[in-house]
Amino acid sequence: MSGPSGRAFKRVRNVGAPIPRLEAVEKALGAAVYTDDMTLPGMLHGALLLSPHPHARIVMIDTARARALAGVRAVVTGADLPHTRVGMLIFDETPLARERVRYAGEPVAAVAADDIEIARAALDLIDVRYEPLPAVFTIDEALAPGAPVLHEDFGAYVKVMDLGPLEGANELCRCRMVHGDVAAGFTRSDVVLERTYETSAQYHAYLEPAAALATFDALGKVTIWSSTQSISRVQANIHEALDIPMSKIRAIAPRIGGGFGGKSEAQVQVFAVMLARAARRPVKIVLSREEDTMAMRSRHPSRIRLKTGVTKDGKLVAREVEAWIDGGAYAEESPVIINVILFFSTGPYRFDAVSSTGHAVYTNKLRASAMRGFGNVQITFAVESHMDELAAALGMDPVDFRLKNLIQVGDQWLGGQPVRSSGLGRCVEQAIERSGWRTKPRGGWVSGEGRRRGLGIGLTCHTSAFMSTSAIVRLMEDGTVALNTGSVDIGQGGDTAMAQMCAGMLGLDVDDICVVAPDTDASPYNSGTNASRSTHMVGRAIGGACDQVVAQLCDRASMMLGMPRERLEIRPGGVVAVRDGNASVAFRDVAMFATHAAIGGGPIIGTAAVTQNEPLDPAHTQSEGMLSFDAVGAFAFGAQVVEAEVDEATGRAEIVEAWCAHDVGQAINPSAVEGQIQGGFVQGLGYALTEEMVWQDGQLVNPSFAGYKIPSTLDAPYAIHSIIVEEPDPGHPFGAKGIGEPPLIASPGAIANAIADAVGVRMRRLPITPERLMFALDPSEAKP
Amino acid sequence: MIATRFNVNGEDRVVQAPAHRTLLDALRGPLALNGTKKGCDIGACGSCNVLLDGVVVRACLVLVADLAGADVRTIEGLASDLVPGIVQQAFIDAGAIQCGFCMPGMIVAATGLLKDNPSPTVDEVRAGLAGTLCRCSGYVKVIEAVLMAARLAKGASS
Repeated sequence: MSGPSGRAFKRVRNVGAPIPRLEAVEKALGAAVYTDDMTLPGMLHGALLLSPHPHARIVMIDTARARALAGVRAVVTGADLPHTRVGMLIFDETPLARERVRYAGEPVAAVAADDIEIARAALDLIDVRYEPLPAVFTIDEALAPGAPVLHEDFGAYVKVMDLGPLEGANELCRCRMVHGDVAAGFTRSDVVLERTYETSAQYHAYLEPAAALATFDALGKVTIWSSTQSISRVQANIHEALDIPMSKIRAIAPRIGGGFGGKSEAQVQVFAVMLARAARRPVKIVLSREEDTMAMRSRHPSRIRLKTGVTKDGKLVAREVEAWIDGGAYAEESPVIINVILFFSTGPYRFDAVSSTGHAVYTNKLRASAMRGFGNVQITFAVESHMDELAAALGMDPVDFRLKNLIQVGDQWLGGQPVRSSGLGRCVEQAIERSGWRTKPRGGWVSGEGRRRGLGIGLTCHTSAFMSTSAIVRLMEDGTVALNTGSVDIGQGGDTAMAQMCAGMLGLDVDDICVVAPDTDASPYNSGTNASRSTHMVGRAIGGACDQVVAQLCDRASMMLGMPRERLEIRPGGVVAVRDGNASVAFRDVAMFATHAAIGGGPIIGTAAVTQNEPLDPAHTQSEGMLSFDAVGAFAFGAQVVEAEVDEATGRAEIVEAWCAHDVGQAINPSAVEGQIQGGFVQGLGYALTEEMVWQDGQLVNPSFAGYKIPSTLDAPYAIHSIIVEEPDPGHPFGAKGIGEPPLIASPGAIANAIADAVGVRMRRLPITPERLMFALDPSEAKP
Repeated sequence: MIATRFNVNGEDRVVQAPAHRTLLDALRGPLALNGTKKGCDIGACGSCNVLLDGVVVRACLVLVADLAGADVRTIEGLASDLVPGIVQQAFIDAGAIQCGFCMPGMIVAATGLLKDNPSPTVDEVRAGLAGTLCRCSGYVKVIEAVLMAARLAKGASS
């Protein structure tokens, strides 16, 4: 193929190309640089002293013996912090404990020393006198009358949202969403079913533990390389915690070894900065796996009661929801997560009336916070399990029952926002067709001696448009492009997808795009790599910035070619050409003209900043205790069918095969989308079957990969079929929707339903361990 | 301190270290081979897999002082002049690599597996990689990569 000037077009790989990640070679060679791979001259090693008590008053901390140890260069405690509290929505926390510890594992002091062994030895020399306090470890204990209170000063804390009408000393958020008349709806229903579902704490288990390296320059500016999902949050968190101006904080992201929500907010970064400041030397902190498990974050344990009314012909009428989440010792994102649970409490189904109430509570455990799925995992497990229980009560096929109630384009979601595009029907159709749903028996079948198999289905809806972001696109003098978004690739393939979208907007190849490494000194604001938002939201910003670049290219080319702008267009391969004509000019020539000619107008640069603006409709849904959900939208749907096999003798459930159909609007990189689907499904499989952080008397008893079981190759099926459905979102330049979270959100419910189909036992608590399933199969067995 | 001489990726190296120093800390410290990752330090995750005399081991469970005369091959030793080896290239082409942190250990495990069994079945790959954890991929493309590498190696040798 040749262009208008006779020049051969090079083959351009951009949107839709299933290319390997841009940095895959570097990672395969072992040459990728993660935070712990970095060393600076004079660098010290940091270690953290963690609280052994779940709840205690700190009477005294004496660091003198630790400071006296040879090789120790700095020791810091809560006394070295400004007298302010920090937090995301409720300012309830200090990075190092002051006066009080509220969970076992809470950081109390930090040491920097010449090597990690000296630093760890010094921890043993810090004398802390604790006075243990009574503690609460469960939602019920926290809400019991007269329960020990975690935060007596809660009323005085700074808060950035209305937390609703709180009751009980440990409740930190109470929210409600009400649409229609639920009581009337139940009266109109033929069947009303009420069930309660419970989930456990899941650990993110990214393979790279939390890590940070901080150094101050002679002018007092600090640079932090760290394992993070957001350089913007690292910068803001350090500013808030240590009262250093943001202009004196530079946050950089090297390669990141996974995040899954757990690295959204900064933590070890703050300690590295404190120690580097105190020692006047660079300091690196890398948590051990045990420390990471004890001191970082978990997914919220939850209890969700659903009461649903349905007509005898299978039409959903009304639902009442009450949900409780265990937020652990500090709030962080708990208020938003309980909000999200309510937001998705209908599932992707139509209702006449819904009344949902949520409670988030403090307990003396590790802070629960953002994790892939962000509340939607818990509520979707409950909703999809409940859908099967309702279908059984009606004597309907679970698929037919769902199809009868699917939310449709043009419908309003709970809250009142419109559903603008949906591939849900196609997802269900493809998942049931590929899995042979219609040809396999309901109620399971015998697959071997003492073994039964069954099929389960789970649907999901999630959003992709959440929080604000921006992009800068610059045309360089040779016609290649610098793309700068501040968006951190945590392993999901963001850099590659961004480059593909930028290249797609400009008719270039991904190799023509330089993805600028995230650096707050250079990058525009990006709230973070979370909420399945990057491809959608950063893509919108890239689209806006590229539109400006195209306009500027055409302006300049119009001067160069003496042609009216309206007759010019961008052609693949980096050419501005006359529509229906022969004249053209290469990007390189336009860039040189723009940059260097006196009449060139200056370098070509496009910028865009976006946030979702999609107001809730108070006439549709009344709400309270809700953070602004006006900046949430772009719904993304999916449907999964799972085939499970249960060993009736051991209670062990194995997932044999899975068909995961997800509407991604448009797959920017189909190979990466498949990777998200497969990886998300397996994380959900772990959550459904084996993963559980277990506390005894407030002590986490399994803070290691030996005690905390994430799926291995033997636990995950090879046959995970990724089925990509594309119903473009009208708000995105290529129609793309997020796929980071939906595959995980759908799978626990589908798995529980498959197990119920196989053996006729409904498991309403996750994880469905062999012990729990065996007891359910044979209640005469001792209760685990 | 104990001086131990052993071969790393084809080069003779001497490491001076206390008796409790692990191979993992030596690789990431004095030997400056950071490709091998520390994911758990208790032998549970496989991110630190290396080949020791041709056998896949956890570098975090091996003491340097025990390595006199041994042959150690790390992820860096599987490429020549930064040209990926067959297994590395297969992991790239199969789209198996996401965050990449487990990948050095996974690729080393796959290399060891294919050395013992050049034409593994899917279940043999699943069994062979069971000790190496990946939190991103769900393993499907990892297994595809190993099968692809087996095919490529066969093509290269025939």
